[in-house]
This record gives sequence, structure tokens and C-alpha cells, in this order.
Amino acid sequence: MEPAVKEHVQKEIDRLANKEVFIHLETTNGAYASHFDESFFSSGAYIRNAKLVYEHGKITGKGPYRVGLKMNFGWVYAEGITHFEVDEEDRLLLAGHDFSGKLAVALQISETPFE
Amino acid sequence: MEKERHVLVIFPHPDDEAFGVSGTISLHIDNGTPVTYACLTLGEMGRNMGNPPFATRETLPKIRKEELEEAARVLGIQDLRMLGFRDKTVEFEDEEKLANRLGVIIGETNPSLIITFYPGYAVHPDHDATGAAVIRAVKELPADKRPKVHCVAFSNNCEEEIGQADVVNDVSAVADRKIAAIKAHASQTQLMAANMEESIKKQEPEVLARMYKERFWTYNF
Ligand SMILES: [Zn+2]
Repeated sequence: MEPAVKEHVQKEIDRLANKEVFIHLETTNGAYASHFDESFFSSGAYIRNAKLVYEHGKITGKGPYRVGLKMNFGWVYAEGITHFEVDEEDRLLLAGHDFSGKLAVALQISETPFE
Repeated sequence: MEKERHVLVIFPHPDDEAFGVSGTISLHIDNGTPVTYACLTLGEMGRNMGNPPFATRETLPKIRKEELEEAARVLGIQDLRMLGFRDKTVEFEDEEKLANRLGVIIGETNPSLIITFYPGYAVHPDHDATGAAVIRAVKELPADKRPKVHCVAFSNNCEEEIGQADVVNDVSAVADRKIAAIKAHASQTQLMAANMEESIKKQEPEVLARMYKERFWTYNF
């Protein structure tokens, strides 16, 4: 993955707009957070292969970035995006890595289901 | 350590075997005991991606699969089974189906000893769910046919509630293989392994104790 380049990511978001796509969206602080620090409130959410169509999407902020996808009936949103990659299957992989290189958030868009 | 007929290790994540059990696995293999390692997931949800990142959500499972195979190789495990579950979803599987799936492996390998996590005392929901499924599968067997089950526990409250580990294996004789197994899971352990080697060089007693003494709780059915 490479540091997110706003213009490039925007182009990819536009490319995948208005077609049926599969979304992977994830946010996490890890299953061990409360084990190491009992005062830490552990939370996260995960959805893999939600099928949807978004009419337009946007990457905003100065980095880490925010990405929002507007659907006919709702929204997909991720905050803290630092890195991106368009992989060999033309999928747009967006991720936010914390200062120690741990994944904190992921938003991925693909025209075919993720494995 | 007792000589076993066959040891079956059941954990949900690649690297679960490395820290707490790889020394014991090595000792059994040195004893001539065959070891089967059934690993439920590929640790797809691991968070260590590096900075700059060396993996994506989609490439991580492939990397961790290779690391798992490498760890099995350095330990001399001949029978490694990857069961195809997905990281962080084990607790949401149908419990009966999961136990049956593990029951088939238990039936086939006919182990005299199973090593898994102590349900309720293993911190990660996948660990607890895996341990619970193993216990459920073993309970299905008639009492005189049940293998011993040695559980790994490390929750903050475990000693308070289940007491001290009753099996403590000194694995200092195979420490090199243990370190190699930990290092095989490079994507997860890079930083930790470096710190650990440093601590071992300095002979820090706490680290040495953790490294050379593998602790298990025998499950009481
Ligand atoms: Zn684990």
C-alpha cells in the first residue's frame, strides 16, 4: 500500500460509482485492547461483501482522510484513511494505519465479491 | 513429560501455537510422537500491517498462511490442517456444527492428548469459542475414551478462578526451535521477537520464565 493520494483515490471512487459493487468496511481496536488496559472500551464493526450502488463518493480532509459514499438510500463512511492500493483485481483498497502500523480502519470497494 | 501416542493441537489463529506451546510441541516431536495441528483461521483480521505497510486486508491471509506453514516446518509438524474459518467469526459459528467438525478430526487422529485454549480464560473470543468447541466434542466421547485436554489460559483473572497451572513443561532444551517458530510468524511478531531476544540475552527472569516454562491447565470433565 502507499500513502493515500487524494486525487488518485477520488478517480478510483468515481470509476466505481453507479455500478453494483461489494464493500468491505471494518473498524477495530483489536481483541486484546481491554486485556492490556482494562479501562479501555473495546469496540469495532465489520461488514464484508455488502452489495450496493453508490451514486457518488468523495475523499476529504488533509490526511488522514475521510471517505463517504452516497447511496440512493443511505451512506457508507470511513474516517482515518492513510493508505491506498488498487490491486491486481482492480479493487480499491483503502486503509487507515495507526502510528505503530496497526490497521485501525479499512474500506474496500470491488466489482466482484471479496474472497 | 509423559510420552503420548498422538498430540492434537487445536487453535484458531496462526501464531497461537508459537508463544505458549511450540516448545511443548517440539518436545513431543523429539519424543517421536506425531503432532497434528488444526488451525481454524488464517488470522485474516490481524492488525499488524507495518509502517510502511507490507500487507493489505486481502494479502494478509496469504502471508499468514505461508508463515504458519513455515512455523510447522521448523517445529517438524507433519500434519497441519487449515480449517477455513474466518478470524473473529468463530464465536458466531453454529456451536454444534463446529464441535462436530472438530470431533471428526479427534476421531480420525485418535490423540492421547489435545492442547487448546481454556474456554472463558483465553481473552480472544475466537480462543474461548475454539476451546469450548473442543471441550464439547470431547464430552461427546464416552468417559473412558476421552483424551487428556491441556488448556492454555492467560486472562487476567485466570489464576484467581482456576488456580495455578497443573502442568508446567520446561522447554529450555528446545528454545531455539521455539524462537524460530515465533519468528516464522514475522508479520505478527517482528517487533516482539527482537525485544524478546534482547531480553533473553540480558537474562531477564520474567521473560525467561515465560519463554522456557509452558503452562497448562488440565481440563476436568
Ligand atoms: Zn489467537
